[in-house]
Amino acid sequence: MNLILFGLLNIVGILLMLVIGAALLTWIERRLLGFWQDRRGPNRVGPFGSLQVVADMIKILFKQDWIPPFADPVVFVLAPAVVMVAALLAFAVVPVTPSIGIAGNLNIGILFFLAMTSLSVYSVVLAGWASNNKYSLLGGMRAAAQMVSYEVFMGLALIGVVMLTGSFSLADIVRAQQELWFVVPQFLGFIVFMIAGIAETHRLPFDLPEGENELGAGFHTEYSSMKFGMFFVGEYIGIILVSAMIVILFFGGWQGPLLPPILWFAIKTGAFVGFFILLRAALPRPRYDQLMAYGWKLMLPLSLLNIAVTGAVMLTH
Amino acid sequence: MLSSIRTLWYTFLHLFHHSETVQYPEQMPYLAPRYRGRIVLSRDPDGEERCVSCYLCAVACPVDCISLQKTEEDGRWYPEWFRINFSRCIFCGFCEEACPTYAIQLTPDFEMSEYERENLIYEKEDLLISGTGKYPDYSFYRVSGLAIPGKGKGEAERERPPIDTRALLP
Repeated sequence: MNLILFGLLNIVGILLMLVIGAALLTWIERRLLGFWQDRRGPNRVGPFGSLQVVADMIKILFKQDWIPPFADPVVFVLAPAVVMVAALLAFAVVPVTPSIGIAGNLNIGILFFLAMTSLSVYSVVLAGWASNNKYSLLGGMRAAAQMVSYEVFMGLALIGVVMLTGSFSLADIVRAQQELWFVVPQFLGFIVFMIAGIAETHRLPFDLPEGENELGAGFHTEYSSMKFGMFFVGEYIGIILVSAMIVILFFGGWQGPLLPPILWFAIKTGAFVGFFILLRAALPRPRYDQLMAYGWKLMLPLSLLNIAVTGAVMLTH
Repeated sequence: MLSSIRTLWYTFLHLFHHSETVQYPEQMPYLAPRYRGRIVLSRDPDGEERCVSCYLCAVACPVDCISLQKTEEDGRWYPEWFRINFSRCIFCGFCEEACPTYAIQLTPDFEMSEYERENLIYEKEDLLISGTGKYPDYSFYRVSGLAIPGKGKGEAERERPPIDTRALLP
């Protein structure tokens, strides 16, 4: 009984933390972008502007929830739900600490994570398709091509970590980093995984699916109100997810001296979320063919090389 | 690749830079003395209205926001009424440049928002100020040759008495 209660508490706690964290991120991102551009960012509502989130939420909930007459209504409504559900489901396998986490010990944790991030491709493609609008469709097509091709070496980049650990379970991977974080032996894998992660969440500089100055807003051009909000929250949950995965796979997860494990996990994840925002502030968007060439001609060989070298080193030991 | 990392680093350093933002309602921005804001009608050092109703400002105005009516009293010209529609005004300052008597002047003040459009139509009593504005010593009637009560022909500053062209004296 107690175990079930603890499990439920875990699920509700993580769900709440994620949704609230994603909502807060909209404010944190704007503040940080402001600082990095010598501005202040939103600082009017509440202490340091932190209630801006509440104001935005009220605004977006009361907007007209409009479905265009030319759209396919069922798919149109379904698409934003898919992105959020996929991102939240992927968090089921994230071991926050040894005790907190829904299924951190799942023996196919990494595969589950990869499967769920692949599912989010459906959301953008279906959104672009159901909108029945040229720009939305273009955005959806771009998203599909980008995410499918970056998925390939996102998976390949993880193989090195899996080889070193000998397990697909994320909790085992964290425990294997007791002595040395995997970022040292798997530096190449870390770089490739991080770049793939940025492309996977289609954040800047790889935000071509929604490139504002080319496609209007890409796949979510026709979306308004909370359906647009769900795309937004889904994107931020995706950022948290990828940051958490980087921390778990390469930076020793919850492990660290002095501070409690949950705090270590939060600090490390927060640092990577901050880095994602910094990338947005600093780098311009590449051209689409550059993006594809970069993926297939540089990242894929690098990840294959990583696997080969890791294998060779493991054999000689 | 290296340049991207350098860009990231320099952008990150901006976290410790001074913010350029002026927190407007709490912190007023600096406005230059010649800032073109709310329009006023000034008075000369004697406290009389400077405006002589020459209509040059109304003619110069590219958006036709100035209207006035001339009236005359003891040889001096005054505007009977003077009206500026600030919902039309573009604050170009042409009226100030056209004015021959420094009467109409633009001031460094822009806080004149209203909830109703009619409230943006300023009448003469709203425009007229008690001071001299940017030119404290200038008085049109003291330097012009026009005769008014208390100042005959040739009594203005830097003006000699009129010459009697029919006199035989050298």
